[in-house]
Amino acid sequence: MPPPVRRIVLEREPTVVSGNAANGSGHGATATLGRNRPESPAQEVVERMRIESVWLAYGERWVVRDVSLPVRKGEVLALIGASGSGKTTLLRSLNRLTEITTGAVRAGQVTLDGQEIAEIEVNSLRRRVAMVFQQPNPFPMSIFENVAYALREEHPIGGRRKRLSRNELEPRVIDALARAGLYEEVAGNLDHPALRLSGGQQQRLCIARALAVKPEVLLLDEPCSALDPISTATIEELIVGLKESVAVVIVTHNLQQAMRVADHVAFMHLGELVEYGSSTQVFDHPRQARTREYVSGAFG
Amino acid sequence: MASAQQALAASATPARPPTAAVRPGRGRDSVKAWPVVDRIAFGLCWAVGIGLCLVTAAIVLFMAVKGVAYLKPSLLIEHPSPSQDQAGSGGFLDPIEGTLLLTAVGIAIAAPVGVGLAIWMSEYQRPAWLARAVESGVEMISGAPSVLLAMFGLVLFARPALAFLSQTSAGGSVYGKSFLTAGAMMSLIALPLVVASTREALLQVPAHVREASYALGKTKATTIRKVLLPSVRPSIASGVTLGIGRIVGDTAIVVILLGATIRTEGAGGAPVLSVLRGTGGTLTSYVRYNSPAGEGNAHEKAYAAAFVLLLMVLGLNLLVMRFSSGEATGKLGRMRMGKPGRMRVVGILPWTR
Repeated sequence: MPPPVRRIVLEREPTVVSGNAANGSGHGATATLGRNRPESPAQEVVERMRIESVWLAYGERWVVRDVSLPVRKGEVLALIGASGSGKTTLLRSLNRLTEITTGAVRAGQVTLDGQEIAEIEVNSLRRRVAMVFQQPNPFPMSIFENVAYALREEHPIGGRRKRLSRNELEPRVIDALARAGLYEEVAGNLDHPALRLSGGQQQRLCIARALAVKPEVLLLDEPCSALDPISTATIEELIVGLKESVAVVIVTHNLQQAMRVADHVAFMHLGELVEYGSSTQVFDHPRQARTREYVSGAFG
Repeated sequence: MASAQQALAASATPARPPTAAVRPGRGRDSVKAWPVVDRIAFGLCWAVGIGLCLVTAAIVLFMAVKGVAYLKPSLLIEHPSPSQDQAGSGGFLDPIEGTLLLTAVGIAIAAPVGVGLAIWMSEYQRPAWLARAVESGVEMISGAPSVLLAMFGLVLFARPALAFLSQTSAGGSVYGKSFLTAGAMMSLIALPLVVASTREALLQVPAHVREASYALGKTKATTIRKVLLPSVRPSIASGVTLGIGRIVGDTAIVVILLGATIRTEGAGGAPVLSVLRGTGGTLTSYVRYNSPAGEGNAHEKAYAAAFVLLLMVLGLNLLVMRFSSGEATGKLGRMRMGKPGRMRVVGILPWTR
C-alpha cells in the first residue's frame, strides 16, 4: 500500500489524507488513492510549448520515441517513469540543452508560442525556457551576484554591452529571490557566498536565478532528489505557487511528489510516452497496464 | 511553508540518544595477525616515512643553523663585489633582485599561457589530434631537464631576428642572454604546473555547473570567464605558486641564459628595458658561485644566500597549502599525488557531482 499522500493546495492548509485500501473491484493490484483533491482556484491555462512527435537520439540510440505533449502555463506537468525512460532527455531538449552533447539529434517539432525552438537563437531560448538541475549548483559568487549573473545581458552582436548598476539590478534580484521564497531568509546577507547556504536554500537560489530572467517555461530536473524532506516540502509549495506565472515541467522519480505537485502527468517508459492525462486520472484510473504497474510500484 | 514543515516535523517522535554506545576497538585489524611479509612491508613503510622526515629536518636545520650564523641584515641590502676575501665581497642584493625579476618575467608568461592552455584542453579539445599533441607537448616540457631548455634557448635567442631581447656585441653577434630570454625559458618550466593544476580543477567542476550557466542563456565564453575561472581560482593560484617555486630554484637556465653575473648589469637605453635586456644572477647562481665549487669561494655568503632561498621556497609552499585549503568552503584541502616526484595540489570544489 502506498504511503499517505499529502496534496499541496495553494492558500490552504495541507490536507493529509491516508491512502485507502486497495479496492478489489477496480484495477486488481492497483491501489486507488482516496486523494481528497479540491479543485485548484480557477486560473487561466495557456499553452506555451507543444511537443509534436518528438524523437531524440544520442548517436544511433533513440532514447525518446514519438512523444507529443502540451506544456501549459497555469499547470504543472510532471514527467514520470523509471530510469532510462528518456524523461530527462526530453526535458533537456526543451531548451536545447541536449545539443551540447555531441551526437544528439532530434526529429519532430517543439514549438514555443508557435515558433519552432530550433529557429529561436539558442541563448534567448534558454532565457525563455529556464532550467533547474538535480544538484543545487550555485556559482562561486555572492547570493546577489548569482541572481544578477542571470540578469546581465550577453554582449549583443555589434552593439555595446550595457553595464547594469547594482541599483538597477537590486529590485529585480530581490523580486526573484522573493518569488523563490528565499528573500526573507537571506535579506541581510545578500553579499554572502552562495555556497555557504544550506542545500535547500541553494536549490531555491537556483530557482530564483532561473526566475530572474522572467522565463515563460520553467524546467525542473528532479529538483528535490538531493534535498531533505523539509526543503523538499518548501520547494514543492514553491512549484505549485509558480505555475500561475510560468509553465512548469518537472521530471521526478518520486511518484508521491508528482501526485503532490502535478496537474498533468506524462508517464514514459523506455523512451515512449505510455500515458498522458490529468494527475487524478493517471494515478487513480490509469488506462494502460504499464502505467498501472508503475504507479502501483510493480517496477521502476 | 511553516505549516508543511510542522506537519513533517511532527511525524518524528523525539527520541532520546542512547547513554552508552559501542565504539569499535583498536584491535579490529591487528597488525599482529598479518602475514610476516606484510608486517615487514608495514614496518618498512614506517621506517621510510620517519627517515624522510629526518632527512628533511636535517637539511632545514643545517641550513638554518648555518644561515642564521652568517646572515646579517646588511647582506640583504649591499651589492655584491668580486673579492678574494669574504669580508670584502659585499652582500647579495643583486641576486635577490635578479630572482624576483626573473620570476616575475617567467610567471608573467607562464600564468596566462598556462591557464589559457588548460581551458582549451579541458573545455574545447577540438580537433582531437591537436589536443593530444598539446597534451604530450606539455608532458614533454615538464619532463625536459632545464639545462636542455637553456641550451635550446641560447641557440634560439642568439638569432639576429631576436636580438631585441638581449644585447648585441660590437662584432654584431647576438648574446641571447638576458632577463627576457631566461624568463621566457623559465616560463616553460613553470607552465606544466600551471596547466596541470588548472586543468585538474576544471575537470573537477561538474558538468551540471556549466549547464546551469548555459541554461541561463550564457555563452561558453561567459561561462568560462564568470563561472569556471572563479571556481578554479585557488587551483590556479597554487599552480602559479608551484611554478614560482620551480623558477626560484632553477640554476641551469640562470647560468646559461642569464649570464649568472654577480651583479645585475643593464644593457643601456630605456631604464626598465635596459635591465630586462641585460644580464644578471639569482640566488641560486650566487650560491653556486660562492660555494666551494664555484669561483667566488665565499662559503659564508653561500650559506646565508641559501638560507634566504630556503625561506622563500618554504614561504611559497605555505602559500600553496593555503590556496588549496579551499578558503571559500572552509574545508580542508587534500593533497593528491600526481606523477611520481610531482605533487599536485587540488582544492575541494563545493558541488556534488
